[in-house]
Amino acid sequence: MIAALYMRWRRFLRRVMTRPRIDMPLAIGLLVLALVGLVTLYSAGNGNLALVGGQAARFVLGGALLLLLSRIPPSVLRSWTPWLYAGSTALLVLVAVLGEGRGADRWLNLGVMRFQPSELLKLTMPMMVAWYLHPRQLPPSWKDMAVVAALIAAPVGLIAKQPDLGTAVLVAAAGVFALFLAGMAWWRIAVLAGAVAGMIPMAWHMLHQYQRDRILTLLNPESDPLGNGWHIIQSQIAVGSGGIFGKGWLHSTQSRLDFLPEHTTDFIFAVFSEEFGLVGVTALIVLYAFIIGRCLWIAMEARDTYSRLLAGAIGMGFFVYVFVNGGMVAGMLPVVGVPLPLISYGGTSAVSLLVGFGVLMSIHAHRKMHH
Amino acid sequence: MKIRRSIKDNRGEGELFRRRALTGFVLILLGLSMLIGRFVFLQVMRHDEFVTRAQNNRVKPRALPPARGLIYDRNGVLLADNVPAFRLEVVPEQVKDMSAMLARLGKVVPLGRDDLDAFRKLLAQSQRFESVPLKMHLTEDEIDRFEVNRWRFPGVDVVPYLIRRYPFGKLFAHVIGYVGRIDADDLQQLDPVRYKGTSHIGRSGLERSYEDVLHGTPGYELIEVNADGRTQRVLETHPPTPGRNLYLSIDVRLQKAAEAAFEGRPGAAVAIDPRNGQVLAMVSVPSFDPNLFVNGISQTDYSALTGDPDKPLYNRALRGVYPPGSTVKPLIGLGGLEMGLRTPQDTVLSTGVFYIPGQSRGYRDDVRGGVGRVDLVQAIEQSVNTYFYKLALDMGIDRFSAWMGKFGFGRPTGIDLMGESSGVLPSREWKTARLRQPWYPGETVIAGIGQGYWAVTPIQLVHAIATFAGHGVAYAPRLVMATQAGMGAPLKLLSNPPSGPSLIRNPADWDVINEGMQMVIYGAKGTGYGLAKGFPYTIAGKSGTAERFSRTTSAYNNDKNTAYLASRHRAWFVAYAPADHPQVAVAALLESGAWGASDAGPIVRKILDAWLAAHGGTIPGEERLPSSSASTALAATAGEPGKSPASASTGATP
Repeated sequence: MIAALYMRWRRFLRRVMTRPRIDMPLAIGLLVLALVGLVTLYSAGNGNLALVGGQAARFVLGGALLLLLSRIPPSVLRSWTPWLYAGSTALLVLVAVLGEGRGADRWLNLGVMRFQPSELLKLTMPMMVAWYLHPRQLPPSWKDMAVVAALIAAPVGLIAKQPDLGTAVLVAAAGVFALFLAGMAWWRIAVLAGAVAGMIPMAWHMLHQYQRDRILTLLNPESDPLGNGWHIIQSQIAVGSGGIFGKGWLHSTQSRLDFLPEHTTDFIFAVFSEEFGLVGVTALIVLYAFIIGRCLWIAMEARDTYSRLLAGAIGMGFFVYVFVNGGMVAGMLPVVGVPLPLISYGGTSAVSLLVGFGVLMSIHAHRKMHH
Repeated sequence: MKIRRSIKDNRGEGELFRRRALTGFVLILLGLSMLIGRFVFLQVMRHDEFVTRAQNNRVKPRALPPARGLIYDRNGVLLADNVPAFRLEVVPEQVKDMSAMLARLGKVVPLGRDDLDAFRKLLAQSQRFESVPLKMHLTEDEIDRFEVNRWRFPGVDVVPYLIRRYPFGKLFAHVIGYVGRIDADDLQQLDPVRYKGTSHIGRSGLERSYEDVLHGTPGYELIEVNADGRTQRVLETHPPTPGRNLYLSIDVRLQKAAEAAFEGRPGAAVAIDPRNGQVLAMVSVPSFDPNLFVNGISQTDYSALTGDPDKPLYNRALRGVYPPGSTVKPLIGLGGLEMGLRTPQDTVLSTGVFYIPGQSRGYRDDVRGGVGRVDLVQAIEQSVNTYFYKLALDMGIDRFSAWMGKFGFGRPTGIDLMGESSGVLPSREWKTARLRQPWYPGETVIAGIGQGYWAVTPIQLVHAIATFAGHGVAYAPRLVMATQAGMGAPLKLLSNPPSGPSLIRNPADWDVINEGMQMVIYGAKGTGYGLAKGFPYTIAGKSGTAERFSRTTSAYNNDKNTAYLASRHRAWFVAYAPADHPQVAVAALLESGAWGASDAGPIVRKILDAWLAAHGGTIPGEERLPSSSASTALAATAGEPGKSPASASTGATP
């Protein structure tokens, strides 16, 4: 009995070794990133091992989900896509009706745990756009673009209304990237970009007062000493005082003395910059660029339109995280709740990111064969 | 070419995608380079500046919570005050071993389980340099003992703060409510900047409904800290803006009289000015001491309140729903006149039992054998069921509920207090929605005497009576009359426009009903005969005695024992005065009263006496009744004198 199980285990291991289902360069990139994340978290959390342990446990859970998803063929994911999209959007509606949370109604209480449906859309949104464009003639026509725009607008509108501007931007970006990768003509992109720019005054009008305040605070941080202005100033002091080589691990004075708020979550990049300096920042950004590039390479190798668009959109979406969070920490963009991927402390974001990479691994495993 | 384009060109798409992905990647690299550029700017070009700022980073902002607005009655009597008190606070980053410190501290100053639980929750949510309250409202003895041992507890300090106090205790508990400590659940909901440094929040009553007005805006001070994060000195102070003071329309003298009139019996009373909807008194008996809740109520006190069978925490005026009984008869009679179904001269024969044509079930009058032929005024005076059975049936349920709905039954009155009940207005729609059953004519008949599917709150009933008394013009009831930016600042009156034009088309109809309601008090057969004895202005009113339980037999109940009847009845009395130019409308409810007029009536009278006394005993521009015959001035009908009001009062019907 035991011998039989052992033999099966050996056979499984051999199959995994000889024909890996996961892309090793991407996996190694993610692993390095996760380790950097835990090391930074140890320092940012003032040596709180429980914090680091909790985050590591989430990485393990996310990793397991990644392996699980890598075994589901993209064709199966594709057939599930409309249901997944409809389901996650329905949950958003549910949250809008009976949600709860800190000022923003974005959580759904499941009794055992609280759960944020907008997190699901980060994956189901590019899936849906890819699903819709998959059987269609590319580059997309005006009509197809209109349908995709509606598919994006409905859930993004619900998320922005929660109000969770950060997640709304991430979800919308994922959908728009899929459209861009589908070969939407440059002149159409120009027309739409012009239209969006024309709507900015209207959008400003629709923002919540506190969202407007955040943008205005960026221009004059001293005006808000108890809120975001304080965050922006302290974050820039942390980053700037780090210099080229940084103050060294465990030596960030800004977070140690609690001048830097949210230093384990949204502002952890500031702690990293203070401790590891410009050298560390550059290395980290190169690592992110490598992961994004690898995602796009996997996308190019993919078998069909659905897989291509999905993999590409996930990879490019990853960039938005890095850019928005980095821009916020460096005082370039307003304070919105976007975490630094796989570095910021926080459960749902780490797990959902790894699930997305699981989809990429599956696309890689089912890539087209070279003859 | 065209044909080939219509088939999916996978190879071509792959090539298109490849180009796009490469373009996208180049753009991404550009974006990331921009980001690195920004970091170069901060970390290389402005490095020296930020190093200096980090080294000099000794200034932290500290929130200064605003003082909560005070609450006064209409004459400026203070109802909710802020008094200085002291509490223990802990700065977490200065304590090495929290649990050991708490254990040692507990031997000097007793720490309850509630204190520790609340402290741990707040601790988990606060930043390490922020001071977290541990124990509120220290006694002088506790302060002394702590001061002696202070050196043993670095990071723990006695801090002054303002605490809410309600000098009238239970008298206003159901109106003003109380504040309570902010707990972890509140922190999830509150604006963190606005509530920084604030320890209490409105939990019920006006404290909750007017939280936004009472709270104010916090200020801050910039404090200098040393390398360990300890405060060295205050550099700048930006003072907070205190919350606005509230002036209630309630008169504390009426409030006291109303509460005293109940003599502890469970019930509720509300007095309103029909000219503007201002609430003059609002009591729910029994009540509780709101001061108990301010610092977190002890388990023993709380169990005593929740375990009390008379439910002192329950706001009967706002949330209690009861059948209105005969008190709605005048409004139904007004509907009959307005719809043209009746003239004031039309009479109905009361034989003791009323039958819907073609049905065998009888609906009883209160007096065996009936009272003979009565017109509308007499029907109101003697509360004759048969008259209103027939009128409701002629009206039909749809017109009935549309008309009574205009007086605000079946929906919240819009009073400026949260948690108001809607009650139930009998209607076909309500029954279909709630019970999924069709409407039966028999239900219309009993709706005509305020029984059956009727449920009203005392505030709804007084609102309806005030709407009538104000010649059909409705105002949403208002407790807060004005707000004030600070002591001595000018009052800002809150406007309360009428809800709409008058409900009454023909002013003569109002006069008829008003006469009927005066006859209730002054007519020899009036159910409230004698209630106005000695009162110098005319009163109009109506009694109501509603059944708590439905009758199981159709036999007459001959048990006249008052205590027995009180256990089965709810007693109402509504009134307004002066009858011709009403300036006050009152409704009183006794949860267990034998008869409306004899039990709830005197409560209303005492409130009216207090109202008159508050005006110095004279109402300008109103005609005083001749003092000798005040109680019988309007007695026009020949009846059996000496008949006690109790035996004639009515409303308890199938």
